[in-house]
Amino acid sequence: MLDLQGLHIRAALFRFIRDFFSQRDFLEVDTPIRQPVIIPECNIVPIMADGQYLQTSPELCMKRLLAAGCQKIFQICPCFRKDELGKNHLEEFIMLEWYRIDANYRHLMLDCEELLQYVVWRFADQFPEVCDQNDAVAEALRLLSAPADRMTVAEAFDRFAPVSVAEALQQEIFEEMLVEFVEPELGKKGPFFLVDYPHELASLAKVDLNRPEVAERFELYLSGVELANGFTELTDAGEQRRRFVTEIEVIRRTQGREQVMPERFLGDLGLLNGAAGIAFGIDRLLMLLLAKETIHNVVSFNPADF
Amino acid sequence: MFSASDLRKGLKLQIDGSPYIITEFEFSKPGKGQALYRCRMRNMITGNQFSKTYRSGDKFEKANLEERKMQYLYHQDDEYHFMDTENYEQLFITAEQLGDNINFLMDNMELEVLFFDDRPIDVSLPIFVNLTVTQADPWAKGDTSGTDTKPVTVETGYQLQVPPFVDEGDKIQIDTRTGEYVTRVKE
Repeated sequence: MLDLQGLHIRAALFRFIRDFFSQRDFLEVDTPIRQPVIIPECNIVPIMADGQYLQTSPELCMKRLLAAGCQKIFQICPCFRKDELGKNHLEEFIMLEWYRIDANYRHLMLDCEELLQYVVWRFADQFPEVCDQNDAVAEALRLLSAPADRMTVAEAFDRFAPVSVAEALQQEIFEEMLVEFVEPELGKKGPFFLVDYPHELASLAKVDLNRPEVAERFELYLSGVELANGFTELTDAGEQRRRFVTEIEVIRRTQGREQVMPERFLGDLGLLNGAAGIAFGIDRLLMLLLAKETIHNVVSFNPADF
Repeated sequence: MFSASDLRKGLKLQIDGSPYIITEFEFSKPGKGQALYRCRMRNMITGNQFSKTYRSGDKFEKANLEERKMQYLYHQDDEYHFMDTENYEQLFITAEQLGDNINFLMDNMELEVLFFDDRPIDVSLPIFVNLTVTQADPWAKGDTSGTDTKPVTVETGYQLQVPPFVDEGDKIQIDTRTGEYVTRVKE
């Protein structure tokens, strides 16, 4: 269980994030946690609740709100992903997502940098004693607010992995190479954006028109920990439907689950033109901020507390 | 059968006919990709270690392991005989299989024996055992050589370093994990 100081810091972090987005005219929204339809993603297994899904992300509802006329929205909410349990994973965790129209993934990277700097500034201001007494926290604050760096996935593989990204994809060892060789090198000096993912690894992202082999997607890393995943939204409903058909097939084959096509989501997607959105793990941010070994140490109750 | 999501530190599996224990474990799932289960495994018989990364669909066999309470009876050459304290069945384990454990076995000592497919592969000794010193050089008072330990032999034939005040006939406590002297025990 999180101690009293931890609870105070956790509550403050939520407050800082809300202040940050309110000051930038983002509308805070809340959408149903339990839904009859979710986005089909073959590497994410949902948890069921009385015949419906617990959301794996608020993405579907938030994009529909954009289609309904919202300009800039954010949400802080619990998400659920079955069997994801480890140092950096909990089956239930808190996600921050924000979406904006007339934007692309570059705008989101700027948002991330500003958000981190804002949070660090507010934290240092509100909890000076924590920074003074704990060198690891002081160092974490320095890292989080350092200037951000970026590199494409292809460059990162050339630099850190024994194979190129094309070879890794072809041999189906992309994740293995990423986890083993690339991720540990990312974000040692400050926030790090790994950008331009191979298009086949970005089911909901827009492909770069000038470089069709990559999607306008990035992951934010700090100290080797993945903090956020953002992209320019794919708004071509036909293309999105084709990608979902593939995902649904893979889910049927590998998990034996039937997932329905999110028809109304696809209908709304066609109303969007030019939008970007991002999912940001708040528990992980708190873990890095407080220099804790695992995400289990920064939530009020973790599985071992029951 | 275990699936990949069952993997965790301390889990025992059977791989290629041998029992393995997971000594280090990490779950990773980079950016909406495949879940990866990174394991460091130790062969419970040979002690050999290896690292391997598994994926969601991978399946694993349970290791057929059983722990039984046994009593040490005696040894004849390299064969160490034990008796199951529940069904009085007797069996022997070779000195090679026992390794350093033979240094701390005393008649009638009770311990846990681990079986893999009905083959004994390991014994769990108590952490501390009390053994009698059978041979020690007397403590030469005024010895200024500067050494603060001396070698002694205990009843099992095991030799170790102890403080100079330990005499022949003393009972001493030994940590079976390190094989080191802990303290002198009063009768």
